[in-house]
Amino acid sequence: MRLIRLWPENSHFDFMRLRRYSFPLSALISVATAIVLMTVGLNFGIDFKGGTLMEIQAKSGQANVAQIRQTAESFGFGDVEVQEFGGTGEVSLRFPIQSGGEAAQTAVVQKARDTFGNDYDFRRVETVGPRVSGELVQSGTIGIVLSVIAVLFYLWFRFERELAVASIIGTLHDIVLTIGFFVITRHEFNMTSIAAILTIVGYSLNETVVVFDRTRELMRRYKAMPAEELLNLSINTTMSRTIMTATTTALSLLALVLFGGQAIQGFAQVMLYGVVICTYSAICISSPMLIYIGLRGSETVKVPEGRAAAAE
Amino acid sequence: MLRFSRSKIIATVAIIVIGLLLAVPSMMNREQRQAFLNAVPSWVPSWLVPSRAIVLGLDLQGGSHVLLEVDAQDLLRGQVTILRDDVRRILRDTRVSSQNGIQTVQRGVQIRVPDAADRDRLLPRLRELSQPIGNAVIGQSGNNTIAINTSPDGVITLTYTDAGINERVRRAVDQSIEVVRRRIDFGGTTEPSIQRQGADRILVQVPGLQDPQQLKALLGETGNLEFRLLAQPGATDVDLLPMEDAGGQRVPVERRVIAEGGDLTDAQPAFDSQTRQPIVNFRFNIRGAQRFGQATTENLGRQLAIVLDNRVISAPTIQSPITGGSGQISGSFTVEQVNNLAVLLRSGALPAKLTIVEERTVGPGLGRDSIEAGKMATYVAAIFVVIFMFATYGVFGLIANIALLVHVGLIFGLMSVLEATLTLPGIAGIVLTIGTAVDSNVLIYERIREEVHAGRSIVSGIQAGFDRAFATIVDSNSTMAIAAVILFFLGSGPVRGFAVVFILGILTTVITAVTLTRMMIALWYQWMRPKALPF
Repeated sequence: MRLIRLWPENSHFDFMRLRRYSFPLSALISVATAIVLMTVGLNFGIDFKGGTLMEIQAKSGQANVAQIRQTAESFGFGDVEVQEFGGTGEVSLRFPIQSGGEAAQTAVVQKARDTFGNDYDFRRVETVGPRVSGELVQSGTIGIVLSVIAVLFYLWFRFERELAVASIIGTLHDIVLTIGFFVITRHEFNMTSIAAILTIVGYSLNETVVVFDRTRELMRRYKAMPAEELLNLSINTTMSRTIMTATTTALSLLALVLFGGQAIQGFAQVMLYGVVICTYSAICISSPMLIYIGLRGSETVKVPEGRAAAAE
Repeated sequence: MLRFSRSKIIATVAIIVIGLLLAVPSMMNREQRQAFLNAVPSWVPSWLVPSRAIVLGLDLQGGSHVLLEVDAQDLLRGQVTILRDDVRRILRDTRVSSQNGIQTVQRGVQIRVPDAADRDRLLPRLRELSQPIGNAVIGQSGNNTIAINTSPDGVITLTYTDAGINERVRRAVDQSIEVVRRRIDFGGTTEPSIQRQGADRILVQVPGLQDPQQLKALLGETGNLEFRLLAQPGATDVDLLPMEDAGGQRVPVERRVIAEGGDLTDAQPAFDSQTRQPIVNFRFNIRGAQRFGQATTENLGRQLAIVLDNRVISAPTIQSPITGGSGQISGSFTVEQVNNLAVLLRSGALPAKLTIVEERTVGPGLGRDSIEAGKMATYVAAIFVVIFMFATYGVFGLIANIALLVHVGLIFGLMSVLEATLTLPGIAGIVLTIGTAVDSNVLIYERIREEVHAGRSIVSGIQAGFDRAFATIVDSNSTMAIAAVILFFLGSGPVRGFAVVFILGILTTVITAVTLTRMMIALWYQWMRPKALPF
């Protein structure tokens, strides 16, 4: 039986050269993310924005979206977003947060149930008042900040300072690019998205740690090897594992995207993107960072001018 | 490495078997579980029989999650009213009069007593109103509920302190939980869960509830019932209250309360024998019966005002004295309203209004669909990964796959023991750990391959592969665990369910990927005596 190999053995690919493309690319995406974030912002779901979300399904299997939209608009609860999804007469309605505090939200649900209750099943109703949504924003933000700090401490204990700094830069990069995914695709941003980001933080470090564990080992073995060569060697020797794990994780997530149902699809899509980003950043961002930070404390590797050009 | 002591093998296998057995009850539905428990012979001690099962989250079984908040403003208003009445009583008792009556100020009341001798008589009595905060457990905290300030010109101000308000809110939440518990008595199998959340909130979760409208109607009422009299023209000391029967038109009602909800011993929905109208029958305790009897005797022919939460819900004319201590409330009620009213009266009044700050309801249909989709995704993910691992590592891939299946089984087993809640994101977590669990195996195998290719013999290559990969496995799982623990403490409901699965997944990975895999590889080596690595 012939077994699959996703990555050739004893490869000597010059990964460090990729930084000439990856650094500008990541910088560009980060800047674009920042700009869109400042101007358009994230597409917040009701968890963070407050408001009411309903998913209803036509008992007949055929939803009349135009009519629902017209009726919902006539309630006078502000701009209603009405969308059909799923294909079996499922429609989602989103009402903005009502002025008049927590109690005003309840009226929306009541009105919609009374109006559509005969022809539609209410499969999901979520109402979040202004106070709770504010708290959720707070705890979400705290969560991401805390996770970065906690991870920083962990790395500080486990690794040399240079490796820790490079890993954290990689992790921050992954958070930024994940937020970029949300602002650019207009994917809804809610509490589940925070869960996805924290999971990506975990995965991102996992990838970097595997490469850097090897870097550390090689540093002890080859005391005189220049940083660039050492990093290339670390990535090449761990590459088959990196590819394998990215593939198995991606396969599971793919199963979730395809079969996990509507409610979980968003999470799985973000994670799938995250796996790609984390793998890319471990190889093309965190590792090359070490060339600039310097691997062995005092010694910063000088990249002579023109040497990169000569390599081509 | 390839030598395992017999005891170690037995211990590992025992842990795994017990873990998988614990997952058994979770794989059955309620009836099957009952049948299973009945089938176990009676001589088996009960602690040996796995009986605990995973709890399905509301997003999977359908149901309603309602977060209520005690309205602190409303509570304070009520407290200030009580304080006013107390101060009025004390002024009467001590025969001191305040120059301009009792003024309501922010968080309290103010009186003006210019005469020093009067003040000296009055102040000790007023101080009795302020109670120290604390309880038998923590002792006195040194704070009082009410601060009393006297200015030189004789103005006395009584205000609730911050600590006093917090104490009241805390107590109001405790009382409210009791009242809510009495109100949500649906009977049947659904067990509503009612718990305090934070300083001023109550979380009510009712599984299987499709439409929480009735629940909200029951929780949205304070349930404060008063029997008063409709005021006669020209009367002073009246409140203008909306009248339900007259389409919300305001009518004057005497301030004096004859009897109140607290005086009721029972309230039941019924039908009036003559008009066939839905009514509520109630009974008074002795005190209520006396006062009610006296008032109805003295006020024949006048209209009684039955006031619920400052709305006149009905105003019957007093036909004859009601001295037996029981009566009925009739009006233009529907059957449902009468049922709710009876529940409200029986459960007693809430100390303050509760506002709904968050509601999440999932219909049972959606829950079922989510479970089906989740199962499907789990199977497909498992099949993908199993085939892929086998195609990459051959026999070693099979070993990794067995470890993976045990790993998923152990997650379920642990969740059953902890009676953890499985939510939809939790299912996503399981699928995700299927992908990441094999990471540890991959780390080990790739390392073994490297070591053997670098010239080691198979045995020492396997040995070195395990030893060297172990540090990396601990490192990579720790980082994942950090993220998961933070998620657990921050998230609530479904998201927390994801964190639980993730943390358990990390714990069991280390058992299955390292110990179990090692053992299986050792066995394989002893049987096959291979000359080369199978991958």
